[in-house]
Amino acid sequence: MNEKEQSLQQLRDIKMMMERSSRFISLSGLSGVFAGVFALIGAAVFYMYLNTQMASGYHSIAERLPMDVSIDYLTFGILDAAVILFLSIGFGIFFTTRKAKRDGLNIWDRKVGHLLINLSIPLIAGGLFCLILLSYGLFGLVAPCTLLFYGLALLNASKYTLDEIKWLGISEIGLGLIGCMNLGYGMTIWCIGFGVLHIVYGAFMYFRYEYKQQ
Amino acid sequence: MKHLIDNINKSFESRVRLGVMSSLMVNESIDFLTLKTLLEVTDGNLASHISALEAEGFLIVKKEFVGKKTKTSYTATKFGKQAFMSHLKALEDLIKSQK
Repeated sequence: MNEKEQSLQQLRDIKMMMERSSRFISLSGLSGVFAGVFALIGAAVFYMYLNTQMASGYHSIAERLPMDVSIDYLTFGILDAAVILFLSIGFGIFFTTRKAKRDGLNIWDRKVGHLLINLSIPLIAGGLFCLILLSYGLFGLVAPCTLLFYGLALLNASKYTLDEIKWLGISEIGLGLIGCMNLGYGMTIWCIGFGVLHIVYGAFMYFRYEYKQQ
Repeated sequence: MKHLIDNINKSFESRVRLGVMSSLMVNESIDFLTLKTLLEVTDGNLASHISALEAEGFLIVKKEFVGKKTKTSYTATKFGKQAFMSHLKALEDLIKSQK
């Protein structure tokens, strides 16, 4: 019997248990999938709205948007985003509560508090920053900046929940930076970040942690 | 060599006991269901390991009513934490000695 191997394995187990027991593990992968789907639907609705508003001589949103953004587009966009956010959070809470119930865990404990505080500080700062950008008329920067701050928020919150969310955060930050350098593609990059990445991450987590248990 | 192995606490040999103590080191108190989910063990298995740890004086059991159900939660005693720390130290020494 190799005692060194055994001791190392014990130490690894201890480390894992200490980490897992101090984190919030009920976050459901399905909430990610739904958030991604809502983001894509929301973006599609916005896209169609812009298309109908610019019926004459339409080329591409990337070309038109910076020139003739009016308050109407803005209100519609903000409303659209608010609806996406509301639905995503709603379904997120629903699936997470369901998972916690299934595991017999209490959802509102101290760990959720830590998670939410660490998630919301960068998120609220980012939201306010984006409103400031809008007020200066820097519309192109808004989409990549939402990604950037969302990524930072996830990275910050990853210490209090399943570790994998860190990689989602880092991907969002990377995409946000790419978006800042390619302003014309804000909408596409936003769809990849909030839509595709959420769906991929959510599905991955769902099959990794939840699917087998059912 | 012998004295190194002596310090490895027999009470922590099972993965479940090790898991219970590790979780109690970083949380003030944990209830039964949370531990069960974390360790992925059956009720009976967990209960027997917990009572063994309780008998050693490593943790204390607290029962309270939440509505009509009882909720059982556990807290590590000072003695239990010390025993766990010296177990960690012993593991560390063992690894170092075999380099």
